[in-house]
Amino acid sequence: MGEISLESMSEQYYDVLKEIGNIGAGNATTALAQMLQCKVDMKVPQVKLLDFNEVGAMMGGEEQIMAGIYLCVEGDITGSIMFLLKKDAAKHLVSKLMGMELPGEDLDEIGTSALKEIGNIITGAYLNSLSSLTNLKIFPSVPDLTIDMAGAILSVPAIEFGTLGDKILLIQTQFTDDCELDGYFILVPDLESYGKILGALGISF
Amino acid sequence: MSECIKVGMADLKVCISPDSVTTLGLGSCVGIAIRDPITKIGGLAHVMLPDSGAIRNNTNVYKFADTGIEELVVQMEKAGAKRNRMVAKIAGGAQMFSFQNKTDLVRVGDRNVEASKKKLKELGIPILAEDTGLNFGRTVIFYPESGDYVIRAVGKEERVI
Repeated sequence: MGEISLESMSEQYYDVLKEIGNIGAGNATTALAQMLQCKVDMKVPQVKLLDFNEVGAMMGGEEQIMAGIYLCVEGDITGSIMFLLKKDAAKHLVSKLMGMELPGEDLDEIGTSALKEIGNIITGAYLNSLSSLTNLKIFPSVPDLTIDMAGAILSVPAIEFGTLGDKILLIQTQFTDDCELDGYFILVPDLESYGKILGALGISF
Repeated sequence: MSECIKVGMADLKVCISPDSVTTLGLGSCVGIAIRDPITKIGGLAHVMLPDSGAIRNNTNVYKFADTGIEELVVQMEKAGAKRNRMVAKIAGGAQMFSFQNKTDLVRVGDRNVEASKKKLKELGIPILAEDTGLNFGRTVIFYPESGDYVIRAVGKEERVI
């Protein structure tokens, strides 16, 4: 197996990732709709390879307050996955799930727990489609949630990508129920796992 | 008119008073601010990983604590600062998620802080103050005029170290 670098990934690989993103986000949307018991639409996700500094800017600046749900992945591939959305969007989802308006600026303990569950279901749906497409066993860990500045949350996957190169692979999905919600997936398989995913999909690199 | 120069992730900038340097949303990364109090030349490095020697893909010297701090000092010297007068303050190195200790990136925030301290000691630059660790993101602004290192975090009082 040769040296893999993100910069030299082929067009085909992006198409595959986009498709996985699409199916994963589709599953995630269905799960979300079931949980919220309302209609949720989604747009075709965008897959982008961005410089560290572009990612924060894309989410509305490094100081944009975001909710980040992060979990580790084990099994045939190892790495981690993060799902990010703006704090307002997160609050909106939680209030829908709980069927009531949330008082105050911050989420309370139940709200935080509900948000973790939302993240768990969304990332779970995404990982399921990756798993069934590749036939690889993927076991997610219990998720953890942080609400903080985008830059600070992003430093975690950025550092993991940092061991590979200077860019981050970002999948952006837009959900719509009665308002538009931008969600971002960041999948960080380690170097060996990239090869496994590509190999399982029959792509030479 | 003074300007506030922005430093990105894996980046560094040098400035002269009355200008200042800032970096937004430090997480597990560390922001190392160095200043020469006589010339009022200051600089800020935003490093992501502790050790350039541990990683093969290490061409970006700004990314690592060891090479990043060295580069910052060199650039400050080029701007007219003297190494034997330099003093440092550091911030960041948080652990953003509680289970981040599963991979080989064990406590990367702590390791970034340790590596930064080690490198500064090696270069003979004393650390005057630090605000590191814990579990929240920080925005920092460094003023080479006074040496004030302003730290902002979500839902917390602004701190000056």
